[in-house]
Amino acid sequence: MSAWQIDPRRLRAMVVKEGVQILRDPSTILIALGLPVLLMFLFGYAINLDNSRTRIGVALQDDSAAAMSLASAYRHSPYFEVVLERTTAPLRAQLVAGEIRGIVVIPQDFGKGAARGHRPPIQIIADGSQPNAANFTTAYARGVVQTWAAQEAQAAGQRAPPPIELSLRFWYNPSLASRYFLVPGAIAIVITMIGTLLTSLVIAREWERGTMEAMMATPMRMSEFLASKIVPYFLLALASMALCTVLATMVFQVPLRGSLFALFALTVAYLMPALGQGLFISAATKNQFVASQVALLSGFLPTFLLSGFLFEIASMPKWIQAITYIVPARYFIPALQTIFLAGDIWSLILPAIGYLLAFGAIFFLLCFRASRRSLDK
Amino acid sequence: MGDAVAIATGVVKRFAGLAAPALDGVSMTIGTGGVTGLVGPDGAGKTTLIRILAGLMAADAGEIEVLGQAPGEDLADLGYMPQRFGLYEDLSVEQNLTLYADMRALPDDEREATFARLLAFTDLERFRSRMAGKLSGGMKQKLGLACALVKRPRLLLLDEPGVGVDPISRRELWAMVQELTADEHYGGMGVLWSTAYLDEAEKCDQVYLLNEGKLLFEGDPAELTGSVADRVVRLTGFEQRRRRLLTDMLDREGVIDGTIQGRSLRLLLDRPDRLVGESGFQLAPAAPRFEDGFIERLGGGPKGTSRLAEAYRTVAGDGGKAIVAKGLTKTFGDFTAASNVSFEVPYGTIFGLLGPNGAGKSTTFKMLCGLLTPSHGEGAVAGHDLRTSGGKARAALGYMAQKFSLYGDLSVAQNLDFFAGAYGLGRAGAREAIERVTEVFELGDVLKVNAGTLPLGFKQRLALAAAVMHEPPVLFLDEPTSGVDPVTRREFWTHINGLVEKGVAVLVTTHFMEEAEYCDEITLIYRSQQIASGTPDDLKRQAAGMDGLDDPTMEDTFIAMIEASDARREAEDAAA
Repeated sequence: MSAWQIDPRRLRAMVVKEGVQILRDPSTILIALGLPVLLMFLFGYAINLDNSRTRIGVALQDDSAAAMSLASAYRHSPYFEVVLERTTAPLRAQLVAGEIRGIVVIPQDFGKGAARGHRPPIQIIADGSQPNAANFTTAYARGVVQTWAAQEAQAAGQRAPPPIELSLRFWYNPSLASRYFLVPGAIAIVITMIGTLLTSLVIAREWERGTMEAMMATPMRMSEFLASKIVPYFLLALASMALCTVLATMVFQVPLRGSLFALFALTVAYLMPALGQGLFISAATKNQFVASQVALLSGFLPTFLLSGFLFEIASMPKWIQAITYIVPARYFIPALQTIFLAGDIWSLILPAIGYLLAFGAIFFLLCFRASRRSLDK
Repeated sequence: MGDAVAIATGVVKRFAGLAAPALDGVSMTIGTGGVTGLVGPDGAGKTTLIRILAGLMAADAGEIEVLGQAPGEDLADLGYMPQRFGLYEDLSVEQNLTLYADMRALPDDEREATFARLLAFTDLERFRSRMAGKLSGGMKQKLGLACALVKRPRLLLLDEPGVGVDPISRRELWAMVQELTADEHYGGMGVLWSTAYLDEAEKCDQVYLLNEGKLLFEGDPAELTGSVADRVVRLTGFEQRRRRLLTDMLDREGVIDGTIQGRSLRLLLDRPDRLVGESGFQLAPAAPRFEDGFIERLGGGPKGTSRLAEAYRTVAGDGGKAIVAKGLTKTFGDFTAASNVSFEVPYGTIFGLLGPNGAGKSTTFKMLCGLLTPSHGEGAVAGHDLRTSGGKARAALGYMAQKFSLYGDLSVAQNLDFFAGAYGLGRAGAREAIERVTEVFELGDVLKVNAGTLPLGFKQRLALAAAVMHEPPVLFLDEPTSGVDPVTRREFWTHINGLVEKGVAVLVTTHFMEEAEYCDEITLIYRSQQIASGTPDDLKRQAAGMDGLDDPTMEDTFIAMIEASDARREAEDAAA
């Protein structure tokens, strides 16, 4: 009589019971189906990391027509709200005060240079205290110059290319819409919530309500018990994933360049560590309140902060980077973004799936060890 | 008793952090064809022993054989009902049964017949599709039993099935289990029934009496009861106040134990002729009880004088009423939790609020504590109107809750400090009060111990100590002694009796009938109505008239009154 054996009738009975409990518990349904919708809309619409209408300063140190024209190009840009000054001094003050995000300096000899057919570089100063915003500000400020230069060139009937051409292209997300990478991240958050937070409650609930004791006094095996917890939440998470995918592609117009099969395979792989972690927490704490706190701290927050979802891992301190290697979402989110934005790049996806399965195996082993069939501590 | 289905020899179980073992060399045999009682107060080790038999805990020493194997091996033939019934509250009655049937592999073709039989037996057929969480305590208990019986077990372990349910449900369940042992379908089943109610012990075929992990008695309960047979007497026709006389009697040599029974006293003596020939009262033999034997085995009850009461101030009261309830009514939406409850409690008396769970006792109690605002009616505690000066009313009362309501992770000293502060004692007053209760309740040795790890008897003392530190004129007790051992319970009532003699007024809610006997007056609340009021003797007389019972106990009385109320209501419903 091995602990790994499973009696199909008992397993079915337990899964049915678990399913009935899920259906009768409005909060579970809400988290599984309401939360995805809420989070997707939150990340899809409300939180926007794009710099739309950023306030910048333009120091117009030249009176030439070209300089004026460039300045007005900035003023008409949909991305910027411009504070125009003659010198940089007042703008520096505003930058320090945080009233503007960057300064574009159009130097004195800009017009002369333009007349001679080449342009001296304009200077772009950005507020580096917010690296993300600074990146966007510089990128868009350059973009404006380029567009302007191209228009000028056309107007002048020049066929020859401008002497220096900066060519900036963003692959996979050409318009740099942040929701393109936020939406797959939000999906990861949703799956983590269902996989880890909901399951962290289920075994603890049985302990708290005294049903665990009664169940352990039946012929039930712990393998059956754990399986009965995994199956329903696995299906619930897949349903949620399907809902998220439909929302992402239909409502937020995020492309799905990879195949549904790759998406399914990756999701299944990620559910292993997510479910395993939740069940392990539940079995080890035996208390719903503690379990939910631990699940938030060890599952939800790392997925949020240490997965590269909101903050770039490359710009974290080395020791925090080291920690990110044990956050399963670190492997899941880039792979998920790849499937959505790039396609089935198996050389990226397969290693991720491998890591996730390995994490899953570790968590399930821990979980088995934590759920002994005994009331002894 | 028939063949042995479970044999335990010399079982020892220790828990980390506790000095005394939970089980200290306990041996028992459970036979078929009868009910084996596992009897003892809370914390005696009953649950631990049952869990070991069910294979849920490992014993540290001793040999255990269940159904011929090591415990936990043959779970298919084991029926186990844990203290909290083990029901899924968000599943219906039928879904719970189905789950347990599948878990125990009940053949599909037997399912319908089995369910029909169990639902008829437990009278739950009408509630087949009701959520288990929406059943009353008594019905949950029956469903728990049905789930444990679904596969015709050879050994049925019932862990305190009577706890937390009212006497009627308790009796019904007992009758059902009794019926099972005689039923041919369940023939050959061994039943272990654990309980803290000593009156249930008398009805078992065989009893194991457990106290602090040690076996005090094993065998036929009649044997233990018989050992005190001619030494239990009833004292009537005395002039003194009964509490005064009880104190005097308990302080005398040769009186092992004594309780108040309405207007009379019930004493356990060391010799049958101990009080013969004395004047001032009439002496009559009384029926011995299992509890008398238990108390004697524990070395007798406490002496009669309460040191707490000796040190307590005298409550004058000035002839006023300590507690007044006038037409107290509480409605929640269209549900009436308490309807038109009225009574008065003079100083120096004990008033009992009796009723099954959910009858409206707690609601009434909470209104008088100022925790709930009455929808109608008014009330006053120690002369303070609950509506206008609820805070003052609360300051005038000491409150002791049923379950241990002290801070388990604070030490005894910290708990006392906290309650002294909470009751607004000043620095000097607090120090004086803490010293007093520490001495009276002998808490000196445990002051630094965390309250949560104390033995139950100490917790009980600490809870009372915290409630009386500020010497309130009014005491509220919510099932104060359910589950504690009889000696601790005597000790508790000795203090209460002493305080009442000092003029303190006591309001006690209980469905524990022994506590009711100590009351001067009782009101019985059922379905939010007061269905009967009077002294314990009055009520017993009324019940004797209803049921034709000869010398009914308080519990008989309670049940007769509730049944009469049900009959009246049904008759009214039928007429309408």
